[in-house]
Amino acid sequence: MSGFKYAAPAQFYSLAGKMVPWFAVLAAILAVIGLAIGLYVAPIDVTQKDSYRIIFIHVPAAWMSMFLYVVMAFWGAMALGLNTRLSAMMAQSIAPTGALMTALALWTGALWGKPTWGTYWAWDARMTSELILLFLYLGIIALRNAIDDPRRADKACSVLALVGVVNVPIIYYSVNWWNTLHQGATIKMGKASIDDIMLAGLLVMVFAFWFYSIAVTLVRLRAIILEREAGAAWVARLAEVKEER
Amino acid sequence: MDPGDGVLTAFVWALRRDLRLALRSRAELGVQILFYIIVVALFPLSINPDPKSLLLLGPGVLWVAALLASLLSLPRLFASDYADGTLEQMALSPLPLPALILGKISAHWLTTGLPVVLLAPLLSIQYSLEPEVIWVLMTGLLIGTPVLSLLGAIGAALTLGLRSGGGSLLALLILPLYIPVLIFGAGAVEAVRGGLGADANFSLLTAGLLLALAGAPFATSAAVRISLD
Repeated sequence: MSGFKYAAPAQFYSLAGKMVPWFAVLAAILAVIGLAIGLYVAPIDVTQKDSYRIIFIHVPAAWMSMFLYVVMAFWGAMALGLNTRLSAMMAQSIAPTGALMTALALWTGALWGKPTWGTYWAWDARMTSELILLFLYLGIIALRNAIDDPRRADKACSVLALVGVVNVPIIYYSVNWWNTLHQGATIKMGKASIDDIMLAGLLVMVFAFWFYSIAVTLVRLRAIILEREAGAAWVARLAEVKEER
Repeated sequence: MDPGDGVLTAFVWALRRDLRLALRSRAELGVQILFYIIVVALFPLSINPDPKSLLLLGPGVLWVAALLASLLSLPRLFASDYADGTLEQMALSPLPLPALILGKISAHWLTTGLPVVLLAPLLSIQYSLEPEVIWVLMTGLLIGTPVLSLLGAIGAALTLGLRSGGGSLLALLILPLYIPVLIFGAGAVEAVRGGLGADANFSLLTAGLLLALAGAPFATSAAVRISLD
């Protein structure tokens, strides 16, 4: 089948190379539009003033942080089930972006929390589970770095990602439940319905983050492929490799 | 041979073997139990020996110490069998690897988790906990510590033979996965004190135990095979 042609790293390397500029340009354009809507067009919030505008970064980062973990676990499962090298490389290249998104969500959340809740950090259920998600990402990256043999690292990280993905909902619900038991007084966001233009800006930003993640992941994937296949004949024939040598 | 026989044979063989090995290195076991006791003793020194604050802190401290004690003992689960090739023979043997591993995990719990449960009342007295709370704490630990051994085995198998493997990588991999056990276990005490009763927590802990029992032996044997490759 022609679709499986791209399961070979050599084939996918060139395909990814063609895809990267498209996603990067789309991400940049959408980010400009989204930020313009978010920072200029969207009206000021009655209760939170201008500080709410950080949601245009915070919410997409938080969504991507969770989504990317599931995508990473999916490629991990593919790597274990089909024993395809490219799937594992895909999972490997997603992990740093996922960790970045998680850190970004936590960071912007803290910055948002100070003016609205009066504190950078509260042991709120969402914040706590996001923090644990960051630990899960860092654990996978650390395990990858600790194993010299890339094939073993592929499989070990895939198993860990799968164990993690079973645990993510359990962690989320346990933290949620613990939170309701311990802290009745956590300040909840005002339930004022979100303005249409704000929602539009948010959606545009989500797509910008999404395309950015795809572009960056593909760039990283190309680097990983080159690194792993450094001895292969097709790599030596690449124009960019010849130039370097 | 009926495949069911193989499972039981493998489980019992691995359990007995690991128990015998553990009992022959009693000093090592003693050190791990002492670690648990010392960690629990550090908290009053670092915070405040006032009985009121100890009462609040006690259950959480005992649980955190149980997590750390479990973590510290995990490398022992596979390390020596990996070093001398026994683990490879187990993986090659016709007996089912998940059953062998479940036997090893059970021995690990009996030698490290069970002492933690049994010592809990004694240490609770140091924290002047109420008698009914001590029972809840013990029951929670009794259901929760096997989950720690089961989940921990996956991490121990994944980090086998790694240079920088050691404790800190294992901690990074495993402690986040321990968090639900900690929350439900320590939460049981809070629930009882709040007048809610601990049934919901115990049910959730038991559900976690069953899930871990069903999944962890297979995930661990997959991890063992990866590490042996």
